[in-house]
Amino acid sequence: MKTICFCFKIHQPFRLKRYRFFNIGGDHYYYDDFSNEDILQQIAYSSYIPANRMLLEMIKNSDGKFKVAFSVSGIALEQMEMYTPEVIDGLKELAKTGCVEFLSEPYAHSLASLFDVEGFRQQVEQHTRKIKELFEQEPKVFCNTELLYSDEIASLVADMGYEAMITEGAKRTLGWKSPNYLYRSTVEPNLKLLLRNAKLSDDISFRFSDYSWNEYPLTADKYIDWIASTPDEEQLFNLFMSYETFGMHQHVQSGIFEFMKALQGFAYEHDISFSTPSEVLKKYKPVGIISVTHPISWADEERDTSAWLGNILQQEAVNKLYELSERVELSQTRRIKQDWLYLQSCDHFYYMGTKKPLPYSPYSSPYEAFNNYMNILGDFRERVEAEFPSSIENEELSALLKQIHDQEKEIDKLENEIHALREKSYRKKKV
Amino acid sequence: MKALMFGWEFPPHILGGLGTASYGLTKGMAKQPDMDITFVIPRPWGDEDQSFLKVIGTCNVPVVRYDVPLEKVKAKFSKYVDPQEYYDFRDHIYADFRYIKTNEFGCIEFSGRYPDNLLQEINNYSIVAGVIARTYNYDIIHSHDWLTYPAGIHAKNILGKPLVVHVHATDYDRSRGKVNPQVYGIEKDGMDNADHIICVSDLTRKTVIEKYHQDPRKVSTVHNAVEPLSPEIMAIKPEKRTKDKIVTFLGRITMQKGPEYFVETAEKVIKRTKNIRFVMAGSGDMMEQMVYLVASKGMSDRFHFPGFMKGKQVYEMLKRSDVYVMPSVSEPFGISPLEAMQCGIPSIISKQSGCAEILDKAIKLDYWDTEAMADAIYSICTYPAMADFLQKEGKHEVDNIKWEDAGLKVRKIYDELCF
Repeated sequence: MKTICFCFKIHQPFRLKRYRFFNIGGDHYYYDDFSNEDILQQIAYSSYIPANRMLLEMIKNSDGKFKVAFSVSGIALEQMEMYTPEVIDGLKELAKTGCVEFLSEPYAHSLASLFDVEGFRQQVEQHTRKIKELFEQEPKVFCNTELLYSDEIASLVADMGYEAMITEGAKRTLGWKSPNYLYRSTVEPNLKLLLRNAKLSDDISFRFSDYSWNEYPLTADKYIDWIASTPDEEQLFNLFMSYETFGMHQHVQSGIFEFMKALQGFAYEHDISFSTPSEVLKKYKPVGIISVTHPISWADEERDTSAWLGNILQQEAVNKLYELSERVELSQTRRIKQDWLYLQSCDHFYYMGTKKPLPYSPYSSPYEAFNNYMNILGDFRERVEAEFPSSIENEELSALLKQIHDQEKEIDKLENEIHALREKSYRKKKV
Repeated sequence: MKALMFGWEFPPHILGGLGTASYGLTKGMAKQPDMDITFVIPRPWGDEDQSFLKVIGTCNVPVVRYDVPLEKVKAKFSKYVDPQEYYDFRDHIYADFRYIKTNEFGCIEFSGRYPDNLLQEINNYSIVAGVIARTYNYDIIHSHDWLTYPAGIHAKNILGKPLVVHVHATDYDRSRGKVNPQVYGIEKDGMDNADHIICVSDLTRKTVIEKYHQDPRKVSTVHNAVEPLSPEIMAIKPEKRTKDKIVTFLGRITMQKGPEYFVETAEKVIKRTKNIRFVMAGSGDMMEQMVYLVASKGMSDRFHFPGFMKGKQVYEMLKRSDVYVMPSVSEPFGISPLEAMQCGIPSIISKQSGCAEILDKAIKLDYWDTEAMADAIYSICTYPAMADFLQKEGKHEVDNIKWEDAGLKVRKIYDELCF
């Protein structure tokens, strides 16, 4: 029996405000609250909220046979809590149906998996805490930022105890293999891999309303036929897309919501079911191994990291950012920890891309994106360095901090002892 | 195809971008095997590069008939033209021009610059154009900028061949909107009489359509390009005498070029940094005002005026720079940022310049946004990745902008006009 595994990605960065170099050292607030609120509300009203409603309806109409998964970044959750709590409520309601699985990802939608192993772990843990707190679920399947994946990342993720990971079914790693099976990682045989079916996913998320596409108009009937007519052995269809597909990338007028609603009816007719990633792991066995030496992602035609690291501006910005990771680690200041997360969103680097036009960028050019980010990073760096004198090496500093911490504990312990002894002697006197 | 082009400047003796553009375009067009170009300028110096076209100076064409012996003609003109040509021209004088002051050869003197009696010179130029058009036959007439429009119209009336006018600038650009009615009159007349109008940018095209009320169908854009640097210029490697970063403004210091925005930007940067210097090279009617402005802001120690530069000096200055800025308020095209990028200098240009339409690997800003400009300058001087990127990618980009391609576009327009 064939099954469709839907997974929707939700992420919105904290867009940065215009930050000139004369602000460095004077202004420590980096975010464009107005546009963040504005954009999030726009997306929520045209996409997230109606899409939540649609999914809920589909789950109810199907008696729980329709299933989906979500991968929501921590930063998006924070913003939605602030600006559009309705969306969170909608997701909670979906979570309660038991037909929705939440996946794990780095909190900040960052590239930490490539640059900062320790930070990556912490972000994943932080994200897990957030998901538990909001949706009362413990994520079991991992879905990295922008579906980034490589053998190294596989080891990291397996180390953290995940059973499976979601990534792109990139042609150059698959070769002749089909993405419609479950695979294993070559370095971590216990880590199973769900690969995105790029063609079928993009048919919905990019091409659905494209008049120049030879398959236009796409009907649910036709779409399910495509899936049903695949060879019998191919049973798993991983459709991963960003949640904005519904109502944003594909407008409501395009009929995308009706398409989705019709989809399940046709699926059941052809005996095709819907599963969450965890169910997929139970139902299917891995058929082969996948080895990825150079990181892949789901972005652009290249399916690599060039959307964020393609030019020297992007590389410079990323390197300068992650140079700070050890210091930030040592800091205890909440504001610094918070800015550290927000500045890591990969979107900031995406806006510096020069290989193609960037319609969603808040900047008028990649250079402006770079200037602005570097200025902010300059200020952030000053703040981080002001915490501890830069003349001390990180390791030494770490040792000193530990010493202070231990001594504090020691003092506490001794104080308690004194207290206890005093009390004792006081009582003795009384007696 | 034989083209008669009217221009005002031709290298090496040039005063502005017009001469450079005329040279590049004709050279690019000359690559087409069947293209035969005659270029008319007011006053040649004799050292013009005539390998790919023929230059006629209006100061060497007689308008009054005198009997001059061949020896004398040879002595005077052989540097510029075949002496026989003088007699050919003399046979085609079409009216009595003795009321105009001429020399012993019957030729009118031209300054070849932009003198105070410019309108008179334009008129004289057009009179001579009549003689040239009557002497030889051409398939198309091409006038570069308003000074030569009357000549173009005149030649068109005589030859009955299509006239193309090439708009390198309009008076709206030069005057920030306060146009000189006489100049406007000449420009409008030229455009009205033209069979086709070529503009150097979409920005100029828009001005031509909106301010000169031209039919959009006969107005097209052919962006300028840039000549590859000569090995001689490539070899210039001036030593940097200071560790400070140098930010350069290079061009006429006039209202059109927005020098005051550069000063304002400099003030913002100098206030916050210690290692950035500013240079405003060139001369112009706003220079004095700028010197006072800089002094009044108390930054003369880090803001320099080296004066007018030409030829190799320009490239030496450019190659010593770390950033090139062109904050033009209204620039029909603006070839100098392309030259800066050829030298590998990161460039900041205003969105109000025509060249912004074809450049991606330069920082584009509004000329009035001095904050953004200051920020961009700071960024290039502070973050090596930014400078590297613009340097490498910028050079790569301009190296692919070729006059040959512009020449082909112009040729296509000719072909359409001549069937």
